[in-house]
Amino acid sequence: MTLEERLNLVKRENEILLNMGPQHPSTHGVIRFIVRADGEIMVEALPVVGYLHRGIEKLAEQTPYTGFIPYTDRVDYLAAMFANHAYVMGVEKLLGIEVPKRAEYLRVIACELNRIASHLIALGSMAMDIGAFTPFLHGIRERELINDITEMLCGARLTYNYMRVGGVSKDIDDRIIKKINDFLDRFLPGFIDEFNRLITNNEILVKRCVNIATVSADEAINFGLVGPNLRASGVKWDLRKNMPYSVYPELKFEVPVGEGFRGEVGDSYDRFVVRVKEMEESARILKQAVSQLPEGEILAKVPKRIKPPKGEVYSAVESARGELGYYIISDGTENPYRVKIRTGSFSAMKAIHIKSQGCFIADLVVLIASMDIVAPEIDR
Amino acid sequence: MFEISSKILDYFGISSDFSVIVVVLVFFVYGLFALTFASLFAGITSWYERRIAGRMQSRIGPNRVGYQGFWQWLADGLKCWFKEDIIPKDTDSVLFRIAPYFVFTGVLSTFVVIPFSPTIVGSDMNVGLVYIIAITALVVAGILMAGWASNSKWTLLGGIRSAAQMISYEIPVALSLIVVIIPAGTLSLQKIIQMQGGAPYNWFIFHNPGTFAAFFIYFTSALAEGNRTPFDLPEAESELVAGYNTEYSGMRFLFFLFAEWMNLYVIGAIATAVFLGGWRIPGIAYEVQAASLWLQFVGFIIFLIKALLLVNVIIWLRWTLPRLRIDQLMIMCYKYLIPLSVIMILLSVFFTVIYYSLPFLSLAVRIVLFILSLIVAGYFGYRVYFNIKYFPDKTYLRWMI
Repeated sequence: MTLEERLNLVKRENEILLNMGPQHPSTHGVIRFIVRADGEIMVEALPVVGYLHRGIEKLAEQTPYTGFIPYTDRVDYLAAMFANHAYVMGVEKLLGIEVPKRAEYLRVIACELNRIASHLIALGSMAMDIGAFTPFLHGIRERELINDITEMLCGARLTYNYMRVGGVSKDIDDRIIKKINDFLDRFLPGFIDEFNRLITNNEILVKRCVNIATVSADEAINFGLVGPNLRASGVKWDLRKNMPYSVYPELKFEVPVGEGFRGEVGDSYDRFVVRVKEMEESARILKQAVSQLPEGEILAKVPKRIKPPKGEVYSAVESARGELGYYIISDGTENPYRVKIRTGSFSAMKAIHIKSQGCFIADLVVLIASMDIVAPEIDR
Repeated sequence: MFEISSKILDYFGISSDFSVIVVVLVFFVYGLFALTFASLFAGITSWYERRIAGRMQSRIGPNRVGYQGFWQWLADGLKCWFKEDIIPKDTDSVLFRIAPYFVFTGVLSTFVVIPFSPTIVGSDMNVGLVYIIAITALVVAGILMAGWASNSKWTLLGGIRSAAQMISYEIPVALSLIVVIIPAGTLSLQKIIQMQGGAPYNWFIFHNPGTFAAFFIYFTSALAEGNRTPFDLPEAESELVAGYNTEYSGMRFLFFLFAEWMNLYVIGAIATAVFLGGWRIPGIAYEVQAASLWLQFVGFIIFLIKALLLVNVIIWLRWTLPRLRIDQLMIMCYKYLIPLSVIMILLSVFFTVIYYSLPFLSLAVRIVLFILSLIVAGYFGYRVYFNIKYFPDKTYLRWMI
């Protein structure tokens, strides 16, 4: 039985079956789409996931609680801090540990830096998929500065392994704070303005994105979209505000939602602009967090061998790709009984399947990019 | 070249029995000259474009081979030459092999009528512009051939896209050239240049509002016909992997790129010859220039500078703008560019007729249009200044890295 038969793909006359991926410049990793197209117009694009499945959830069952933290980095390599954060928050809830204030602030600083870096890549690669190469490299340039900061902070540039159960691994010093402030000075008015002039307000990009793959608020909720994709559809849902965790209640920031900036609410352009606005908000959060940083411990008193009592916990953070949830079941031993990871990219795949029907092949590329898919996050 | 051949025949006193040999030899030498010029131009432009792209993207670009990486194009050429020439199974191997040469020949053949100076031109055909429009159709044939013979769905999509795009955009190219043909009254490129003056306000671009708009229509459509960004849909790498040349490798692949970069010069040269005064030197009459070898050389340099400025603009556009979608591309061609160029033809006819009875109006219109374009250039300069001033990082503003 061929794959096409198994997937019940009925090819009609005048249609071609295109295999987009697993290796394709704009599938952002190893994802495969089976595209049924009538010339340039698609009938549908069926996502085939699983090419990057590494069994991370199963690995958790054979790993001690602390030993699993580096694995969480590998779930979403562009926003590894959030995975760290969600996982250690879950374990802390199981253990009932109070995290020191300074450690919470450091976590927020690290996460918001990571959010900017992740959005820079998302926006840049979306522009690149539409054909503009330069914004991508400008984004990479700014991300390089963030990578430098995280390297000073925790020694790693991509897979951080920064957070520990009960706090963080390394403290911040004046040198790093100065570097963060330098970055923010250059980023908030300067870079964002230049980026907007270069690409966000570019008429060709607007024409390519407006009214493409519009996801209404109802549809977005039904698809299970989270994060910027959900907010672009006009739903004001941000875990930092709606289910506050860490020290976010002490920080002032807005939640940008899609307003139909040039076309309908929830089109690809809204998803683009919402991410640009979120970067601005993240920079504002960073400014506050750096100035309010309290003194104190960075690691709570944690037992040498972590053995949480029996029970289950769900902890979620607002990652760069939306709600990132860790559902951890403990059976009282040193290893978790089960860890389930809920990621935003996976639910976006269904939205891509439905929304790709009847649009151009060129629009599929825009749709995939605007949903900000990261392949390892889909398959874990 | 016939003039030069007859001069040589006279100079050496060669009898008419051998004149055919001499003429063939002269044309052969000129062909080699054109090929060398085009190849050198394509190679150096490939390096230059990557350097410009590097500056625009805050990176360095190739700077290892020779001074500032100048010999990078030679190294790349050698690399491609030594690579294995892969011809995939199940391709139509004959068509697959010859397709790159169609594209290459199609672009190179335009050098027959593109002038370098008053006498140095392959052939001053009286139908030069028609010849250019006709011969570039070979490029479409070559690309379609490559796309179909590769036996891959992505290349087929790329080939069909390019056929649709290039054939459509030939119409506005031809129509916008007609706008100039009306006041010029000839199709020969040399005669068109001859009728323009050396000073900017005597160029055909400022002749009347019709030709002024026609220049931009020509430039846009020529970009689309040459598959350059923002109209590079046939080889849209994020959608179609690499378009029609996905399956090519080695020297055959290089021939496509060769043709693309040579085409940059062709776009710039035609625009220079038709709209921007070609090789005319300000304040020097045509007869004086044609008689002196030195002035011809100066004219050649002037022609080159104008063409290279346009090439520069094309490179800037490529690294700034995103890509259009196929339907937007077609809408732009058939709904905007073609009707607009038809209107410009009517405008051009109107002004050409009026100028016969009101000669002073001609000068006034020229000067007004010239000042208008100076204002546009000034605004461009202001934007460059603005962007440099408000960008926080000044380290990227160094002349050379």
